[in-house]
Amino acid sequence: MEVVMRADAKVRVESGTESSPRGPGCSLRHFACEQNLLSRPDGSASFLQGDTSVLAGVYGPAEVKVSKEIFNKATLEVILRPKIGLPGVAEKSQERLIRNTCEAVVLGALHPRTSITVVLQVVSDAGSLLACCLNAACMALVDAGVPMRALFCGVTCALDSDGNLLLDPTAKQEKKARAVLTFALDSVEQKLLMSTTKGLYSDAELQQCLAAAQAASQHIFRFYRESLQRRYSKS
Amino acid sequence: MAEVMSVADGRARAARTLLNQLVLPGEELVLPEQEDVDSPARAGEQPLLLNATARARLRVVCGPGLRRCGDRLLVTKCGRLRHKEPGSGGGVYWVDSQQKRYVPVKGDHVIGIVIAKSGDIFKVDVGGSEPASLSYLAFEGATKRNRPNVQVGDLIYGQFVIANKDMEPEMVCIDSCGRANGMGVIGQDGLLFKVTLGLIRKLLAPDCEIIQELGKLYPLEIVFGMNGRIWVKAKTIQQTLILANVLEACEHMTTEQRKQIFARLAES
Repeated sequence: MEVVMRADAKVRVESGTESSPRGPGCSLRHFACEQNLLSRPDGSASFLQGDTSVLAGVYGPAEVKVSKEIFNKATLEVILRPKIGLPGVAEKSQERLIRNTCEAVVLGALHPRTSITVVLQVVSDAGSLLACCLNAACMALVDAGVPMRALFCGVTCALDSDGNLLLDPTAKQEKKARAVLTFALDSVEQKLLMSTTKGLYSDAELQQCLAAAQAASQHIFRFYRESLQRRYSKS
Repeated sequence: MAEVMSVADGRARAARTLLNQLVLPGEELVLPEQEDVDSPARAGEQPLLLNATARARLRVVCGPGLRRCGDRLLVTKCGRLRHKEPGSGGGVYWVDSQQKRYVPVKGDHVIGIVIAKSGDIFKVDVGGSEPASLSYLAFEGATKRNRPNVQVGDLIYGQFVIANKDMEPEMVCIDSCGRANGMGVIGQDGLLFKVTLGLIRKLLAPDCEIIQELGKLYPLEIVFGMNGRIWVKAKTIQQTLILANVLEACEHMTTEQRKQIFARLAES
């Protein structure tokens, strides 16, 4: 059944009024997650971060075409559909990033010669889209019962021209930022699974962003736990 | 590379403390016997040993949702951790998760739909990643001359004899003595519908009263497949549909709501 879980994160401070650089421990936007909302896929989840919303559906382990089958592990496919227009090259590259993250975490060796398909539909994009897609994909994989060695989450950081670090930026902040970095972290030791960056930044800033993302990911994993706790408390 | 981690490490927790609680993928569980090894100084629960030098090796079975990882158990699915203590050995640990997709397991009784007939084998769709194969000789009283009457589209109730990740699953409609024991082609009419795997397990639990209550409501024939499929048949189509709706709704209803619905149906 559908379980809607909302997390009231700390209140967002407008970056325009903030003068001093923020430290790590910045606030994330309001989260919400709903599981098992679609009847056809084996697992589904909807993840909201502020105004960014992504719907994910997982099918698997299911039949695979002989041309795509891998003899010793599951074939993982990710399909990302943008809100408007046909999927293009940007979507393809994001699909690849999400697929690589999922492959690191899903125990494909338990289901050789099968396919696990993750379909992501962007419902609204207001910044931090890739991180939201990663979170939705993780929740959907858990809902489908696909065996995983850990949970994962996505966190986006933006560095503006003053060197201020912003976690979970909105679309406007991403546009004005000097660099946007997205990390995928695992739940066991907050290790880095995937990182994709765009823009200009120094090595020290990268480490700073990574540390901030690791701190923020604790908050996200705690939210996952509460959300799943709520779901399983009904049965 | 085997790393010895102390129990003080935040990651690994004792399986005993997490029973019937939610566990998430990635968590590591320490078995009771391992706790004694890791912290010998603890007065805690020492197994009673006749031979103090030899540690009794209890055989713990790692069920669905858990994997062995060194000398610990790694949780791979989200759900509630359960434990069953059999007569001998350390017991079985497993994770009770809610799932829709079926993965064939040896010994499971399932309802399949015949999708193809090729030579001596029927291909049966059981809801897994590939169709299972069923030999025409695997029916009671079937010989090369006396072939069973199975057509494409028929429903079959059988059990798996081979079901692992590396091979195509195979099912049969006889037990080890050669008797049908309820298996075989499921008769005409009736309704086949799909529910989640957790609901089937709940309905087939020994202490479940839902089936007895349904039986008091209308006379019915019902077949449960562990792959999430239920076939039900009552005297009229309307009764069959009512039973199907009630079973599908059972998942989300509490006991009181269910009793109310049955009472209301019994009146009408």
